[in-house]
Amino acid sequence: MNGLLLALGAGGGLILVLVVGFFWYYGSPKFTDVGYRPSQPIDYSHKLHAGDLGMDCRYCHSQVEQSRHANLPATSVCMNCHSIVGTDNEKLLPLRESWANQEPIEWNRVHMLPDYAYFDHSAHLRAGVSCLSCHGNVAEMEVVSQKQPLSMGWCLDCHRNPDPHLRPPEEVTNMYWKPPADYAEFVKRFKEEKKINPPENCSACHR
Amino acid sequence: MSAANEQTQVYQFPEDEPLILGNPTFKDVTNRVLGVLEAKAPRGWWLSLFAAASLAAVLFGMIGWLFWEGIGVWGVNVPVGWGWAIVNFVFWVGIGHAGTLISAILFLLRQKWRTSINRFAEAMTLFAVICALVFPGIHVGRVWAVYWMFPLPNQMAMWPNFRSPLLWDVFAVSTYFTCSLLFWYVGLVPDLATMRDRATSTIRKKIFGLLSLGWRGGNRQWKHYEVAYLLLAGISTPLVLSVHSVVSTDFATSVIPGWHTTIFPPYFVAGAIFSGFAMVMTLAIITRKVYGLEDYITDNHMEKMVKIMMLTGMMVGLAYGTEFFIAWYSGNPYEAFALHNRAFGPYAWAYWIMVSCNVILPQLFWIKKLRRNIPVLFVGSLLVNVGMWFERFVIVVTSLHRDYLPANWDYYKPTIFDIGTFVGSFGLFLTLFLLFIRFLPMIAISEVKNVLPAADPHNYEGHHGSEEKHASGDLGMEGAKS
Repeated sequence: MNGLLLALGAGGGLILVLVVGFFWYYGSPKFTDVGYRPSQPIDYSHKLHAGDLGMDCRYCHSQVEQSRHANLPATSVCMNCHSIVGTDNEKLLPLRESWANQEPIEWNRVHMLPDYAYFDHSAHLRAGVSCLSCHGNVAEMEVVSQKQPLSMGWCLDCHRNPDPHLRPPEEVTNMYWKPPADYAEFVKRFKEEKKINPPENCSACHR
Repeated sequence: MSAANEQTQVYQFPEDEPLILGNPTFKDVTNRVLGVLEAKAPRGWWLSLFAAASLAAVLFGMIGWLFWEGIGVWGVNVPVGWGWAIVNFVFWVGIGHAGTLISAILFLLRQKWRTSINRFAEAMTLFAVICALVFPGIHVGRVWAVYWMFPLPNQMAMWPNFRSPLLWDVFAVSTYFTCSLLFWYVGLVPDLATMRDRATSTIRKKIFGLLSLGWRGGNRQWKHYEVAYLLLAGISTPLVLSVHSVVSTDFATSVIPGWHTTIFPPYFVAGAIFSGFAMVMTLAIITRKVYGLEDYITDNHMEKMVKIMMLTGMMVGLAYGTEFFIAWYSGNPYEAFALHNRAFGPYAWAYWIMVSCNVILPQLFWIKKLRRNIPVLFVGSLLVNVGMWFERFVIVVTSLHRDYLPANWDYYKPTIFDIGTFVGSFGLFLTLFLLFIRFLPMIAISEVKNVLPAADPHNYEGHHGSEEKHASGDLGMEGAKS
């Protein structure tokens, strides 16, 4: 009987650990969300455009410094180049159709925040948070995938300690920016100058 | 109680009748209590279980619809955001308190009469707390987020608000449930061992063998057991007072006139014990009638319980009066309005049901004849619980339905889903209770044996009859047991 009780106790404990561990690992956005990589209507490569060709993020996501949203480019933006470049490229057929039919391309969203979370791109860029901090090095991605969990705890990590993520606002789209030797000095000065004090109250994001 | 009468032939409580009638032997007690479990279940039990389980099914159906459709199926809306769910929660938690009082406080106070009723009163506590826990669980609206109530590390880095009494509630009630369960189980161990020893089928032997934790009834085991029981009684005793005090702070820490009252904690505790004893009495009257246990749960027990109900009923009455006194004495127009509205406003009917059942009705029991009149006690105990449910209804609803902005005023009405959920919770409660009286001894066998005259190690025939010996014998819980 004692052996049975012991087995029940140990087995129960093990099951508890396994159940908690299961949700801890498989229930976390680090597992469920990171790595999300939907296919897109056009086989568009960020690596080619932003990496090899060295185009700035803001050429296409043009309103990101003024708006909550990092807008997707209209077909006309693509056509600025593609009316001349790659006009016979088969991969660009959907683009030319969109242009001819005056119908927007239905891109698939990669980074999704819940409706009850308010996020403003412009505020973060002005505060010197790079695209890189949340989206990873997009300039090296053939197909964009989610690199960070975008969970509330992850947001708060940075809101509680923004220092390692700050840089001069003009460098935010630079994927290869290296912190200068006097980085700590810069952060201190920059935070004072810009009055950077990330909010932690509920209504900052849940308004 | 001192054994003043030295010349008594067979020891009896000096000013009282024997606790167990019919002077049974130890074996009689075991046979009587376990005979109920070992016989085939009577048809009435099956019928009752069917009825109770159907009601419980109604509860689960209601909860399912609530989850599917949302909180809008209930009658709650601005300004009454807390409706029947909270009323029922407080009602059920309150019911539980009598079980803990009987098992812990009466144990520490050496009230031997508790032994006949403590087992099923404790079971009632557990089942009432289970019913209570249903309501805060389902009333949150987004049930999938219900784990937010607990301080669990999570990916949102979110933590409960420790300044909120609703969080205190979570801790108070879960502590209460855990302690009550342990206390009940430890008390059951010797009886489970008896059931193991009497078991005829292998499966019964195995199950009860496992549950009785290797109990052999040796002297050392009894010694440890009694220390453990005493400690658990000591741990449970503050819970009788603290749990409902914490529940009352859900209201008292707010700034709503009618809720913002410092007398709430003691007032709630008294009400809880009041309603709990009424529920114990209701169940005791039915059970002893059905199983013919009138010798074990005697009219004497009923009288003692109804005396506690009178006391706590009057404490509750005093609290009602104090609220009016403070409303006048404070000179606060909002407080005065809230209380005036409570007694004479649109919910006056509920207020006066409450007063009639809780304050006026118990006054009947000044008459000894009525304290021993079982039909009167039965109806009385039911009405007390009606009154106590209305007390919570009055507190929750009348304080909210006319708030500071007259434009918001409304008359709160429950929907069929409120009613179904509440009625269904009785189904859950009764289902659990019926299963309990079918599968576990509803009377604590080893403890009842303790209060039989035969358990007293002293003999009172006057051989070594010093007064001192008698007094210590009277207190002894260390007597021979099984």
